[in-house]
Amino acid sequence: MKRLIAICLALVLVFSLAACTKGGGGTDAKKGSVYFLNFKPEADEAWQAIAKSYTEQTGVQVKIVTAASGEYDKTLAAELDKDAAPTMFRVGNVGAVETYGDYCYDLKGSKFEGELTTDAYNLYDANGKLCSIGYCYECYGIIVNKALLKQAGYELSDIKDFASLKKVADDIHARAAELGFDAFTSAGLDGSSSWRFSGHLANMPLYYEFRDDGVKEQPATIKGTYLDLFKNIWDLYITDSATTGAAVVTATGDESEAEFYEGKAAFYQNGSWEYASLTEKGMKAEDLAMIPIYCGAEGEEKAGLCCGTENCWAVNATASKADIEATLDFMYWMVTSEEGTKMMAEQFGPCPFKKAATPENVFFAQANDYTAAGNYVVTWAFNWTPAVDDWRAGVVDALAQYTAKGGSWDKVKEAFVDGWATLYAKDHA
Amino acid sequence: MHLTALNSKLIRRPIQRYVWLFLLPTFAAFCIGFLYPFFKGFYLSFCKFRITKDATFTGFENYKSIFHDTSFLHAFWYTALFAAVSLIFINVFAFIIAYFLTQGIKGANLFRTVFFMPNLIGGIVLGYIWSMIFDGILIRYNTAVTLETKYGFWGLIILICWQQIGYMMIIYIAGLQAIPEDMMEAAEIDGASKWQKLWKITIPNMMPSFTICTFLSLTNGFKLYDQNLALTNGRPYIQEGGTVIKTTQMLALNIVDSFYSSLTNRGPGQAKAVVFFILVAGISIAQLTFTRRKEVQQ
Repeated sequence: MKRLIAICLALVLVFSLAACTKGGGGTDAKKGSVYFLNFKPEADEAWQAIAKSYTEQTGVQVKIVTAASGEYDKTLAAELDKDAAPTMFRVGNVGAVETYGDYCYDLKGSKFEGELTTDAYNLYDANGKLCSIGYCYECYGIIVNKALLKQAGYELSDIKDFASLKKVADDIHARAAELGFDAFTSAGLDGSSSWRFSGHLANMPLYYEFRDDGVKEQPATIKGTYLDLFKNIWDLYITDSATTGAAVVTATGDESEAEFYEGKAAFYQNGSWEYASLTEKGMKAEDLAMIPIYCGAEGEEKAGLCCGTENCWAVNATASKADIEATLDFMYWMVTSEEGTKMMAEQFGPCPFKKAATPENVFFAQANDYTAAGNYVVTWAFNWTPAVDDWRAGVVDALAQYTAKGGSWDKVKEAFVDGWATLYAKDHA
Repeated sequence: MHLTALNSKLIRRPIQRYVWLFLLPTFAAFCIGFLYPFFKGFYLSFCKFRITKDATFTGFENYKSIFHDTSFLHAFWYTALFAAVSLIFINVFAFIIAYFLTQGIKGANLFRTVFFMPNLIGGIVLGYIWSMIFDGILIRYNTAVTLETKYGFWGLIILICWQQIGYMMIIYIAGLQAIPEDMMEAAEIDGASKWQKLWKITIPNMMPSFTICTFLSLTNGFKLYDQNLALTNGRPYIQEGGTVIKTTQMLALNIVDSFYSSLTNRGPGQAKAVVFFILVAGISIAQLTFTRRKEVQQ
């Protein structure tokens, strides 16, 4: 009797294991399937829903896996190693093209590419292969709480350049106790916030330098011609704010956001992606506005918002032909169907496709207004940063030393200029 | 069941026949989870690769490059210093606390529990909590733990002591309690002072505890990762001779960092990991043989 039970148990074990291995390959192999590695945790829910709906309509399996925040690159490296690798993933900047370019399917001439309204957000490798296509763009600048600005006796139109921004900010800061709010939210250099400055703010000197020099591809060295502009605006952030000195070093992104939606500060440097979060926290859309980051550049009263993207889709070239086809079809459906375009507009804002839906996000309307008024778009020059995490880390550290201990600005310049050259050389060794 | 019954053939035979069946699951897990990754990792350290399935063999190129990597050498010496300092602090304090807690103080059990508790908290959480504590104090002097290398170093020492002293203390207490009473009694009758008893009886009898504790704190010191990541993540950085040096970055963090920060070749990171393995294994074997020699047989 005991032996019988043992045999039965053993059989159960074997069959359940066999069932496990079979379960994965249950889909119709001829039809192909989609596996998208998503890098935006906040959009995961919407992705899962739309994948389910697509499967119901077409019968094509769509698997969406979301990498944990900040873990995208590690997850991608591990997933590409598997037999069932992602068929669709994000390749968002030149560094990623260098690493994953070999795995990118040439999207030139695809049906999906035909739907684009601009080539501006696409990424090519050194041989001119279209590695990834920008599927949405974002913009950033200084978000203004118009209601607070009014309370302080100013209008949005009073701010036209760095001098006027400084005048308004200085005045608000001086009257902070009486007004009950300060000019800028904390310019925290904690990891959750520092990218706003080492990435986004640092774009200002990079953009103007590259524009002067007509730079069209990743440069091996930079000069830091416009670092003074960076200093101008950084000094303003750390002076006209409730958070100064060493407190800046440890302040987090959440703190800064909270100061803004709680009405403790009138200006908050961040991007269009903050819209959903700010309105959810109770801010009114009509109180929100975004102005360009004025830092003292010549002719900056004609500047627009900083628009660009790191959101680009690539298709895995090593996937089977059927899977590639299925993936391209899915991407095409995402940017042409009513359901797809609606989800894209809700989650990602404006998308550069012919049939894209209009997002309700007011920041994008403003970006368009600036462009319509003939202002120049400040593009995302920082997408060319070599070894981006290391470079930014160096800049953040130098900024921290400068801010907390009254260190020298030369260190920032060193991290900025020498750091670029060093890391470029290391990347291309 | 009586012991002799276990030796009877009737029982031994079936066990012997099925021994492979009992060994198989663990052995399979060992192969899948340890041997295969280990040898594959070893092979990859001689390759140029971005994704492990597309690796090209390049011989010793990766090893050559890591010994020119100043950040790796810096991390090595920094880690060695950290391991040595933490080894001393942890063991001295753990022993002293264990010694006093076995002297029959009231509430000794409560103290033991309290001292042991930090060990139950994960490294990342500890790192963040302590960074808040340090920054809360340092901000009064307009500075922060990530702004100076020395704060980062001593901060991590304090953190690791706080976390590990309790654990080592438990081992020392067990050692102290295992010392035969009759030896102590004999010493007392012979008129030995407290000090003499400590040096001539307690410590020599506790050498096995010292062996295990020094082994643990030394290897822990070398392998430290999450506390380092959460407390400073290598900050502050300096630029020196064409590389960015993260002054409070330890070996394990340096390895992960170089593995993921390289765009075109992750081989050097893997080569560092192999060197790291040899290093930690070598140091711990040397330390074990050294302290074992001092152990007394009872």
